[in-house]
Amino acid sequence: MILNGKCPSGPLSEKWDRHRHELKLVNPANKRKYRIIAVGTGLAGASAAATLGELGYNVEAFCYQDSPRRGHSIAAQGGINAAKNYPNDGDSIFRLFHDTIKGGDFRAREANVYRLAMLSNNIIDQCVAQGVPFARDYAGYLDNRSFGGAQVSRTFYARGQTGQQLLLGAYGALSRQVKAGSVRLHPRTEILDIVLIDREAKGITVRDLVTGRIDCYTADAICLCTGGYANVFYLSTNAMGSNVTATYRAYKKGAFFANPCFTQIHPTCIPVSGDHQSKLTLMSESLRNDGRVWVPKMKSDKRSAHEIPEAERDYFLERKYPSYGNLAPRDIASRAAKEVCDEGFGAGGSGVYLDFADSLHRLGEDKVRELYGNLFDMYEKITGENAYKQPMRIYPAPHYTMGGLWVDYNLQSNIPGLFVLGEANFSDHGANRLGASALMQGLADGYFVIPYTIADHLAHTTPVKADTEHSEFRKSREDVEAFAKKLLSVNGRKTVNEFHRELGKIMWEHVGMARSEESLKQALKQIPALRDEFWENVRIPGSGSELNQELEKAGRVADFLEFAELMARDALHRNESCGGHFRTEYQMPDGEAKRDDENYCYVAAWEFKGVDNEPELHKEPLKFENVELAVRSYK
Amino acid sequence: MLLLFKNTVGRKIVMAVTGLLMFGFIIGHLLGNTTIFTGPDGINAYAEKLRNLGPLIWIMRVIMLVMVSLHVFFGVQITLEDNAAKPGSYAMKRNLRSTFASRSMIWTGLLIAGYLIYHLLQFTFHVINPEISSMKNFDSLGRHDVFSMLVHGFQSVLVSSVYIAAMIAVALHLAHGIQSLFQTLGLNNDSSLPAIEKAGLITAVILFLGYVSIPAAILAGIVK
Amino acid sequence: MDLILFVWRQKGPDEKGLLEQFAAKDISPEMSFLEMLDTVNEGLIKAAKEPIAFDHDCREGICGMCSQVINGVPHGPQEKTTVCQLHMRNFKDGDSIYIEPWRARAFPVIKDLIVDRSALDRIIQAGGYISVHTGGVPDANAVLISKDNADTAMDASECIGCGACVAACPNGSAMLFTAAKVTHLAMLPQGQIEAARRVCIMTEAMMKEGFGNCSNHYECQAACPKGIRVQFIAKLNREFIKAQIKDSGKRNQ
Repeated sequence: MILNGKCPSGPLSEKWDRHRHELKLVNPANKRKYRIIAVGTGLAGASAAATLGELGYNVEAFCYQDSPRRGHSIAAQGGINAAKNYPNDGDSIFRLFHDTIKGGDFRAREANVYRLAMLSNNIIDQCVAQGVPFARDYAGYLDNRSFGGAQVSRTFYARGQTGQQLLLGAYGALSRQVKAGSVRLHPRTEILDIVLIDREAKGITVRDLVTGRIDCYTADAICLCTGGYANVFYLSTNAMGSNVTATYRAYKKGAFFANPCFTQIHPTCIPVSGDHQSKLTLMSESLRNDGRVWVPKMKSDKRSAHEIPEAERDYFLERKYPSYGNLAPRDIASRAAKEVCDEGFGAGGSGVYLDFADSLHRLGEDKVRELYGNLFDMYEKITGENAYKQPMRIYPAPHYTMGGLWVDYNLQSNIPGLFVLGEANFSDHGANRLGASALMQGLADGYFVIPYTIADHLAHTTPVKADTEHSEFRKSREDVEAFAKKLLSVNGRKTVNEFHRELGKIMWEHVGMARSEESLKQALKQIPALRDEFWENVRIPGSGSELNQELEKAGRVADFLEFAELMARDALHRNESCGGHFRTEYQMPDGEAKRDDENYCYVAAWEFKGVDNEPELHKEPLKFENVELAVRSYK
Repeated sequence: MLLLFKNTVGRKIVMAVTGLLMFGFIIGHLLGNTTIFTGPDGINAYAEKLRNLGPLIWIMRVIMLVMVSLHVFFGVQITLEDNAAKPGSYAMKRNLRSTFASRSMIWTGLLIAGYLIYHLLQFTFHVINPEISSMKNFDSLGRHDVFSMLVHGFQSVLVSSVYIAAMIAVALHLAHGIQSLFQTLGLNNDSSLPAIEKAGLITAVILFLGYVSIPAAILAGIVK
Repeated sequence: MDLILFVWRQKGPDEKGLLEQFAAKDISPEMSFLEMLDTVNEGLIKAAKEPIAFDHDCREGICGMCSQVINGVPHGPQEKTTVCQLHMRNFKDGDSIYIEPWRARAFPVIKDLIVDRSALDRIIQAGGYISVHTGGVPDANAVLISKDNADTAMDASECIGCGACVAACPNGSAMLFTAAKVTHLAMLPQGQIEAARRVCIMTEAMMKEGFGNCSNHYECQAACPKGIRVQFIAKLNREFIKAQIKDSGKRNQ
């Protein structure tokens, strides 16, 4: 099937305005008759729930954490982009649009990205009005910093905690609606199924994580704002609870999953220290501005960094990419680091060195402390090493997933009434996301897109009478209960973590930064085998009718074990390299990604056909009318 | 205004303001009492002057009574609430910043209140040890002989010991109370807090030494 | 290294809890504290015992979910560090470690080391925000804010809502948490319009939730993993006094 993204026609800059005019509205008096479910309370979920509640809809907001303030958006460090052009350095909405399209390696929809760039300015205004303490200069004006993939300074920031501050702003707005009675919160509640009636999304089934109770909620529309799936790699910079369950179970109910193979690997994370490792910590990429990346020239060199003389160090980024050097883009730097480590040149067993000796000499310790002090402190907390005295060790880590449920211009999936916002959808970042754009997308979707587009759906819908006894709801409850029972009854010998760790290893080795037909086929053999073992040999203590963290994890890992296969399949089908998807067979002679615009300039949206059957591929062709498809080069 | 007596911060402000006034009284009282070191003439003249204030002294007394009552009432009420807010205790608890003084405010406070009653009964209302009362004894100029009353009173080791013990409670109470009132009244910022804490502690110690110097001097026979 | 753990076990809110002893063997100093507990839990699951339940999520010190009192100190011995960022190199072979949940009436234990902190959400819901609508706001640079004020607002806004301040407070007071939000918003011109009302309703909400009163012990500041300072409580007190004066001024008009 050829999918239609339903992008409005007309000139790029007028599309959204024209579209908004064409969207139907819901009469204010009727709004409270509609119930909307928002799942997830990160930036997208909290902003959507708050805004929809404020408009007068009845909103039920769900999150698995104990408070809606803890969505993983909170961990975003760097900043948020906006085309304000405050520094007068040549920025514009079109430039932000163009940078984002190009950064995404021409695999995103023009109309969506342009809308995102337009709304970026409203976001900053809105957040300032909410009291987000963005950095300011001495005159009291907002300050900007530069970020990767752009030649202008357009990133607004609040120290190293921009995500936290934006989320607290949205959480404040959400709290205000909770007090007003328009939003009801359901913390410590996990979504386990989406209920369709006559092929429309009409509710969800959830598990109360404290009591274990399985409940259904009806609604006239559902917003999934459940984030990304980087935890399919087991080790990632995502939170421990981040999962694919909501989007994957929607996929199993018929929603299309788009571009699952587009994952982003961040180059500057703290390396793994052993098998016990449970997660990876990211350090701002800005470190590469003043640090030099190197490994020993000798394989498995046991000497400590300062014992290795200058002549025996390989500054491999500077060697391979002389003009960009240590500032090569994320994907390239990450891949190069993994390559040298795989060949056995790794620094002290894990990672590559990021050396500040030259900068310390040139700038002095005080200046370096001023620039990166908090990062050096964090590094010391985790590794116990003092980066002023010895080089840091860094290694790439899965960080963000561009793929997600397929949505049209209205952010509605192919299931009517099921909307998908933020990282959970696929829409705006193409094959690679630029720094400081994730926060922008989450908030644009929640504050400024969904309030308009959801009304259009609701205006065509009669409000449901709450009836969780409908046969579809009853069936959903039974399925969810049976699933938990099945997990608990395996009673094998291996823990959930052990399976997750093994899955992570398969994914990292074969579906990680550099993929090949061979590695992907290998993964497609190993994943089902591991999944079978999981269902025969997993051990989950306790019961389903209590707080049971192992059961929670098991459900998530069970979904990852199926989803991983979809991801590998998508990567195998896409016979090109683009953005975060690098196929070793498709590269330029110099090792750059080789895109195939003739055959793969489309969104790959997969339809579920059963766990052991191949999913069906649907394509949404991408048309570029306002930008020219060009080759990325960072030589 | 009602919030002042209901709200958690409001009641703390009442505690701070009443505490501040009593703190003022403690300083004034000590300054007055040090006239004992100049001999009977000094303190008896001082007592005479106070007496001649007439109704003013009674207004002062009523104000102090109100202050003490509010301070005690809210102190007890707040403590009861605090205890209820922290029912279970940790099997292991390390205190990082709080002090013995800060954690024992309610006990030092109650001790002081108890002593205050005793102190008033002894030296103001002359119910205890009526034999030394200045109401009955007069000096050569015909003034009430406060000097002799104090000297006779404190020559008893027991009376002095109770007094010194009470002053320890006062000092502990002030060691936390002084800096605490600055914090509660919002007269604190990043740089001033350590200085205020130190100044509070030093003031408490000075007041303690000042008050204790009286029975100490009497017991040592310096004042007789 | 090998350690002896004394961990609070409690089946449910109304059940009685007790400290249970565990041996944590072969612990690497590179592990984080939670990874050490993961290891212990893996062993418990394999031995057909119930693993220790504890809250955690981001494991990078920002989400505020982790909450354990370790050897009598919320978040453990390292200053300005959440449990998830605490690493085992801070302990020695053979150490005994006491692990307990946050304790306060307003934070009932749900299970083992997990407590219910929704009371903090309700304090924010009472008024810990600026009542702005989505859309229809002025340009971000229309209101200028001095760098000093923006910085102080940011200092206060760094609170992660973990509740360590309540756990550390001998009175079980949430004053530092409340003060951080009051200060954050009162430092900004946008937040000043509602400042008087906000400080009153937030402190009232705090009392209603069963938190204790602040008596200036400053344990909260010492335990806070984000370095939130008690000066913000002084600021809250100032805001309260201002609100009272304003209130009586209004009445006289």
